[in-house]
Amino acid sequence: MRLKLEARPQNSTFWSYASPVLALLLTVAIGVLLFIALGKDPVRGLQMFFWEPIRSAYAWGELMVKATPLLLIALGLAICFRSNVWNIGAEGQFIMGALAAGFVALLADKDSSRWILLLIVFAGVLGGMAWASLTALLRDKFNANEILVSLMLVYVADLLLGYMVYGPLKDPNGFNFPQSKTFEAVTQIPRLMQGSRMSIGLLIALALAAGLWVFLFRTRAGFAQQVGGLAPAAARYAGFSSRKALWLAMLCSGGAAGLAGALEVAGPIGQLTLYVPAGYGFAAIIVAFVGRLHPVGMIFSAVLMSMFYIGGELAQSRLGLPKSITGVFQGLLLFNLLACDTLLAYRLVLTRSAGAKAGKTGVAPDLNLQPAGGAK
Amino acid sequence: MIIESTAPRLQLSGISKSYPSVVANNNVSLTVLPGEIHALLGENGAGKSTLVKIIYGSVKPDEGVVNFNGSPVHIRNPQEARVLGISMVFQHFSLFETLSVAENVWLGLDKRLTLAEVTQRISAKASEYGLDINPGRPVHTLSVGEMQRVEIIRALLTNPKLLILDEPTSVLTPQAVEKLFVVLKKLSSEGCSILYISHKLHEIRELCTACTVLRLGKVTGHCNPQEESNASLSRLMIGAEPPALEHRIVATGDVVLSVQQLTLPRDDQFGVNLEAVSLDVRAGEVVGIAGVSGNGQRELMYVLSGEDTRAEAGMVRLFKQTVGHAVGKLGPIQRRALGVQFVPEERLGRGAVPNLSLAHNLMLTRSNSVGKGGWIRMNDLVKHAEQLITRFKVKASGPHATAKSLSGGNLQKFIMGREIDAAPRLLIVSQPTWGVDVGAAAQIRGAILALRDAGCAVLVVSEELDELFEISDRLHVIANGRLSPSLDRAKATVSLVGEWMSGLWPKAAPVAIEPPVQVGQL
Repeated sequence: MRLKLEARPQNSTFWSYASPVLALLLTVAIGVLLFIALGKDPVRGLQMFFWEPIRSAYAWGELMVKATPLLLIALGLAICFRSNVWNIGAEGQFIMGALAAGFVALLADKDSSRWILLLIVFAGVLGGMAWASLTALLRDKFNANEILVSLMLVYVADLLLGYMVYGPLKDPNGFNFPQSKTFEAVTQIPRLMQGSRMSIGLLIALALAAGLWVFLFRTRAGFAQQVGGLAPAAARYAGFSSRKALWLAMLCSGGAAGLAGALEVAGPIGQLTLYVPAGYGFAAIIVAFVGRLHPVGMIFSAVLMSMFYIGGELAQSRLGLPKSITGVFQGLLLFNLLACDTLLAYRLVLTRSAGAKAGKTGVAPDLNLQPAGGAK
Repeated sequence: MIIESTAPRLQLSGISKSYPSVVANNNVSLTVLPGEIHALLGENGAGKSTLVKIIYGSVKPDEGVVNFNGSPVHIRNPQEARVLGISMVFQHFSLFETLSVAENVWLGLDKRLTLAEVTQRISAKASEYGLDINPGRPVHTLSVGEMQRVEIIRALLTNPKLLILDEPTSVLTPQAVEKLFVVLKKLSSEGCSILYISHKLHEIRELCTACTVLRLGKVTGHCNPQEESNASLSRLMIGAEPPALEHRIVATGDVVLSVQQLTLPRDDQFGVNLEAVSLDVRAGEVVGIAGVSGNGQRELMYVLSGEDTRAEAGMVRLFKQTVGHAVGKLGPIQRRALGVQFVPEERLGRGAVPNLSLAHNLMLTRSNSVGKGGWIRMNDLVKHAEQLITRFKVKASGPHATAKSLSGGNLQKFIMGREIDAAPRLLIVSQPTWGVDVGAAAQIRGAILALRDAGCAVLVVSEELDELFEISDRLHVIANGRLSPSLDRAKATVSLVGEWMSGLWPKAAPVAIEPPVQVGQL
C-alpha cells in the first residue's frame, strides 16, 4: 500500500476552499505539539490564540484594530501579485506612509480644524505611493528586480524613521526618548464607538475590499491588469501595457500600505516612535495568499492573522512564551497552505502493490506526459 | 553485426495506457521487422507520442507486453532503452545552445571518452552517412536542419538497432527532407529498424514499407503505404476524407496592407534581423508566406500585429487612404480599431490565457461587452462566447470552460472564430492549423477562404506547403529575415518554393555575398 499523487484533469474547486481550512487545522495541530514541547498546557495555549481574541466586545474591537491595516495592505498586494509584480516591501511603504502622515499631524495645533485629518490621510497615501514608485521606477527604467529593491527599501525606510525620531522630529520634552511628541487630539482618526479602539479605518478597508472586487472582476482595466500576471505574452498580444500594469500595481499597493500607516499613527499609536513598524507589511503577504488574493477571502485571513498577533501577545504575557510565537504561527500557516495547495492540482491515491487496477499505477505527477500536449 | 532475421526487432502487444481524462493507447499492437522503415501514422492526440514514450521507457504502460529482438523486456527509463539499442530523435531538440556540437554529444555518451575522441567519432560517423557537420561549432549558430543532424549523429553513435524519429521533417525544407531520406534508407539497408512518426502522407508513402495507423488510441490498420493512396491512408487516419475546398477566383480590391523595405534589427539574442521586407496584401486575396520557422516569421508578425512598434514610419501602411499617421507606432488595440485582427501561432499563453474562461479570453481582442468606463457586462460576454462556440463548432463544456481545457484544434477554432467574428478588413494568421487535427484544419481553412470571398484581405504564415498551396492566391517565401518576390500560386511548385526556402530566389543574387543562408540542408 502506497500513497501516490495523481494529477487531476483540472483544478479542484472544492480544494481551493478546503485547502486554507485544512492548512489552519494543520497549523493548530502543530501548535498543540509546539505547546507540549515547550511544557505549556496546549488547551490554554490555543485558548490564547483562538478564544481570547473573540471573547468579548472589547476583544473583537482589538481584533479589528489589527485586522484593518493587514486587510488594507493585503488588498493592495493582491493587485500586485495578480499582475505578477512582486512587491515584498509593503512594510517600507507602510512606514513611509506613517512618517508622512505623522509629519502632517505634528504640524497641527490646538486650533487646527478637523479637516486636517483628510490632509493626514492624504499625506500617508502619497508617502506610501512615493516609496513604491521608487521600486516601480527602477524596475521600469533599469529592469531591476522588484523583489530585491522593494525589500531593501524596507530597511531604508526603517532607518529613515529612526533618523527622524532620534533627530528632527524628536519630542523636545520627551526625556530624550526616540519618539515624537504625542499628536493633538484633533488629529485622532474618528472611532466607531465608545469603549473600543476600532476606527473608521475598518469601514474604509471594507469599502476598498468591495472596490477591489469590482475592479478585478467587473472592469476591463482590472482584467488587463490580471492578464499581465497570468500570461504576459497574451497581454502583449492584446495590447495591454505591462508598464502601465507595473505602475498601477505599485502605486495602488504603495498607496494602500501608506494609508494603513497613516491610520495607524493617527489612530491607535498617536505619535511617531520606533515601534510604528509592527510587521504588518510582511504579515499582509501571508494574508493575501491565505485569502487567495480574493477580496472576500482576504477579509477572513486578515482577521485570522490578527488573532495570531493578539494570541502571540497574550502568550507572552500570560504563558511566558516569547513573542516570536506570532511569527512561528504565521509561518506555519503559510507553509501549510502552500503544502495543501498541492491538492488543487493533484489527488492522493492509495495504491496497492504492483499489478493493481489499470489507470492507478505509475502515474507520475508530470503533466508533460499528457498526450494532449504531444507531437503534432 | 549479426542480425537475427527471424525475430521481429520490436513487437508490442496489447499495450494500453490511460490518463485521468483520456485513454491514450487502447490495446495497441505493433511489429517492426529488422531493417524495416515502419511508419506510425495518426492525427494529433491519436496516441502516437504516448506509444513512443512507452517504447523509449519514459512512460510505463498500464497493460501489455514489449518484446525486443524476440525476448520480453521491461524498459524502465530511456537509459535502459539506449542500452538495448533503442535511440530516439525528438521533435523538439534537446541541445544546449551555448555548448558546441561535440560537447552536446559528449553529454549523452560514456563519460570515459575524452572530448577529442568524441569529436573524432562524430566526424567519422558524419562522413560515413554524408551528414556534414563541424563538431566545434556552437549549437546556437546552427540552423534547425543542422541541429537535427546533431541529434541524429548523437543517436547513431550509440549504434542503435531501432531508431525512433518523431515528426523529423516538420522543420526541414523539401530538399533537406530528401537528404534525410537518403540517410534513413542507408541506415535501413544496414539492418537498423526505423520507427517513423508522421502525419505527412506523401513522405510515408515515399519512405516507409510498413505502416501502423492509430486513431483515438486504437490501431485502425496495418498496411504497406507504397501500395496505398493518400486518400486511403487519410481514411484510415481520420475515418473520412476531408472535404475538398472550393476555390474560386475573386477580383482583388485596394491594397490593405503595404510593407515597404522593412528593416528591423532583432530585439533578442536568438531572433532574426528583418531585411528589406516588402509585400502588399489586397482586399479579397489570401497571401501566403512560406518558409521554415525561425527565419523571421515571428519578428515580422510582431511588427504587423503592433506588438513590436519599433518599425520606422512609412515601412508599414494600413489602408493608406484612410489613415494618415504612422502605423508603425500604433499598438495592437489601435490596429484592431482600424479593422486588423491577428491570430498568433502560440495559442496557449499568447492567443489565449490558459487559466481564464473562454468568455474572459474574448476580452483579449474584443470589446463588444465592455461598456462605459470599462465596465464589463458579464451576461453579454457569456452570450457572445456561447454564440462563437456554436457558430464555429468548438467542442467545449461551455463559455466558462478554461482555455487550457480545450484541445489544440478546438482552441484554435475558438481563437480563429473570435477574430473572424470581428469582421476584420485584414486578417493576419500565423500557423493556422499548427498541431490541429485534419477535420478542424479543413474547417479553419474553409473559414479563411470564406472571409476572403467576403472581401477581407488575408495574410497567412505557415510551415505547411500543402496548406499554402491550398488556400493562397499568391505566395512569398521568407528565408533568413528576407522576403522573396511574390509568386502566383499557379506558378508555384514544391521544388521551386523549396529552393526559395533556402534564400535562393532570383532577385536575391546581388546581396548573396553574406554567409550562406542558414536553412536546414540535411
